[in-house]
Amino acid sequence: MPDLSTNCAGIRSPNPFWLASAPPANSGAQVQRAFDHGWGGAVWKTLGVPIQNVSSRFGAVDVRGTKAVGFNNIELITDRALDVNFREIYETKKKYPKHAVVVSLMVETRQEWEEIIKRAVDSGADGLELNFGCPHGMCERGMGSAVGQEPKVNQEITSWAVEFSPVPVLVKLTPNVSDIVPHGLAAQAGGAHGVALINTIKSIIGVDIDRMVPLPRVGGRSTNGGYCGSAVKPIALHMVAQLARNPQFDIPISGIGGVATWRDAVEFILLGSSSVQVCTEVMLRGYRIVEDMIEGLQEYMRGHGFDTIDQMVGKAVPAYSEWGDLDLNYETVAKIDAQSCIGCQLCVVACHDGAHQCIHPNASGSRVPTVDESECVGCNLCQIVCPVPGCISMEAVDNGYSRGSWNEFVAGEAKLRPKKGAH
Amino acid sequence: MSKIAKERAESVFTDFKAAYTPQQALVEANRCLFCSDAPCIQACPTGIDIPQFIRKIATANVKGSARTIFDSNILGMSCARVCPVEVLCVGKCVYGEMGVPPIQIGKLQRYATDIAFEQGWRFFTAGPDSGKSVGLVGAGPASLAAAHELRRHGHGCTIYDKRPVVGGLNTTGVAPYKMRADRSEQEVEWVLGIGGIAVESGVEVGKDLAWDELRSRHDALFLGVGLGPDTLMDVPGADLDGIHGAVELIERFKLGAVDLQGVERAVVVGGGNTAVDAVRELRGLGVAEVTMLYRGTEPKMSGYAHEWSAAKDQGVRAHWQAQPVAFEGAGRVERIRCLRLDDRKQPIAGSEHVVEADLVLLAIGQSKLESLLQGLPGLSFERGRVVVDEHQATTAPGVYAGGDCANGGKEVVNAAAEGKRAALAIHAFLGGS
Repeated sequence: MPDLSTNCAGIRSPNPFWLASAPPANSGAQVQRAFDHGWGGAVWKTLGVPIQNVSSRFGAVDVRGTKAVGFNNIELITDRALDVNFREIYETKKKYPKHAVVVSLMVETRQEWEEIIKRAVDSGADGLELNFGCPHGMCERGMGSAVGQEPKVNQEITSWAVEFSPVPVLVKLTPNVSDIVPHGLAAQAGGAHGVALINTIKSIIGVDIDRMVPLPRVGGRSTNGGYCGSAVKPIALHMVAQLARNPQFDIPISGIGGVATWRDAVEFILLGSSSVQVCTEVMLRGYRIVEDMIEGLQEYMRGHGFDTIDQMVGKAVPAYSEWGDLDLNYETVAKIDAQSCIGCQLCVVACHDGAHQCIHPNASGSRVPTVDESECVGCNLCQIVCPVPGCISMEAVDNGYSRGSWNEFVAGEAKLRPKKGAH
Repeated sequence: MSKIAKERAESVFTDFKAAYTPQQALVEANRCLFCSDAPCIQACPTGIDIPQFIRKIATANVKGSARTIFDSNILGMSCARVCPVEVLCVGKCVYGEMGVPPIQIGKLQRYATDIAFEQGWRFFTAGPDSGKSVGLVGAGPASLAAAHELRRHGHGCTIYDKRPVVGGLNTTGVAPYKMRADRSEQEVEWVLGIGGIAVESGVEVGKDLAWDELRSRHDALFLGVGLGPDTLMDVPGADLDGIHGAVELIERFKLGAVDLQGVERAVVVGGGNTAVDAVRELRGLGVAEVTMLYRGTEPKMSGYAHEWSAAKDQGVRAHWQAQPVAFEGAGRVERIRCLRLDDRKQPIAGSEHVVEADLVLLAIGQSKLESLLQGLPGLSFERGRVVVDEHQATTAPGVYAGGDCANGGKEVVNAAAEGKRAALAIHAFLGGS
């Protein structure tokens, strides 16, 4: 049986699945229930000066009948008294000594950081997470993403926290920046033991088109919120991998952003995360999703011969390359399996309207389309729209050309195959 | 003013396929793959752009959805309920190819069209007056579809029907667990709502109005007269009480009361869709024991398999490979003397036996109206059907035909398609473009 135990920046947990700092980790009763369901750790809902929240707080993007493919919130940090939070952290840690309890913090002054870190550590926190990411409300007060968007401020506050804290410090980064790397490096320079990313993305989730008010609606107004859920995973994966492959960056990553299933978790781990944090899917489906996450991860590890999480971390990072290093001579064409094709011809219309006009209705009257391989550029669109798993495959073609990237071509080191589909 | 009686025996029926709630419609609409050159469209005689109307339901553009449906088929509301979708659009849904339940196109179409009726949405207006007039004989689906399309092009229309009620078989013949007469009447009113369609009910052309007179009144004619009365059996005892043509009895209980009290064992002779409707209807009307008596075998019957399956679920029995040779009883039928038939439908010697029955419906076909139409010179007939070309034109100039009288007896949706096609041809005949 593969070992799921995790050590992320010195924070140990029985598995890499942590609740992210958010409503599911708002109270002791919730976190303890989550641990009973199998969660390996929890990052407590951000503590600071308790705030007052609005109604309503959440919004969602539904796509073709699937609810909440994307999600956003305008909720702020904890609205519960700090005494109560710290007492519950203490009780939780006492009851679940092997689980990771990380406490997320957000205050302003050096003195406030010193005080709140002391209280968090005294209550038994296994680690701290500095919330430099919240993109709504708190940033207007000079905290959250207002800190995360300024590498110098990030580094300075991180260094305070590291100075005051005897336990590992993670810096939670905001994705609301043009390049994540300077911000990860700033946290590292400040002495952070690791980073957690991504926080939510600045967003307007939608508009009430009858009232003409953006969503979520608070009376007659709204504000921008933080976007999250499955829809943001690609953005999160990119930012995680950007840091993971950067030669100067060498501290652990806790991956966040659209983790809903064990597959998502595997992707984050392969791109360099040593733990993953989950919020939205728990808000939508509850703590019980972790059972499948654990089983799925174990089966994946078994199938690929991994004994420990550490062996997996970053395994896909070397294959994340610059465009200029991709092999332009690698050629694929679409193949349609006539046996499993159901004749919906979604590939035909997708290719005709959205790609290179090389998939055609079958002239013989069959509903199975034909691919003009001499025109097929191997773009993948047909495979993406095909509703039948495995029906369309992209098969490599031996065109006689050896590897040749753009960079190699520019350097005069490679010959490129003739372009296809460019008329 | 409704011409449909309030008290009708058919009122005991409820819908066999329940209407969708908005939530159900949304879930189902979102399952549609939005196929390109979709097989469901190809399977629809009226060519409704089904993926498009379903997508519009999914985006809450129900008005646009209804417009898409009605633009192809003005009788889309009744077709949604009465179409044998299992052998048309739904039967061709590509999901079937992957073993996934097909999209319930009929129920989605009903959802959109019912809302359109409830909301009173109207999508079409009459074209500028062309000064031409068209006479349409028969007030069934074919003529209604033709008249509506003709009005969109500005031609005046008058529909003639011998019955007091309008709508043809949609009103008098559709199985009441699919649609009841009052709903058909609402559809008729909705179609006539385009304005400029006169309806002369209770006028039988060829009897109350001479064909010559009709021709002289109009610039073109459309024949949508349907089929004639039930074919009866020429065997001893066929005139006993309790023996009826199936279409005739169905019309009676759809439009008024029938007294089936005391009927314990009903037999419906035939194996087509009228027979299958009749057995289901008799069960629904409370007859305890209903048997379908058919000359052929179950796999060979012409009634739809899905309908017969539902009949069996209702407890209907079958008596396969048998043929009545005499009806017996004292004044009223009590039993049917039958012969067994072999696989080639030939009588087996010595196989005579008796089936008890106190009600017999004959669903062995309907006569063609060739003799009625003899008054109109220039028509040609083939096995009783009016011969038409691909534009529904008959061999008589200016005379077009569609629906059962031309196709021999098909579905409402075929009549709707043929009526519309004829209207476009008539429009061209009258000099339109």
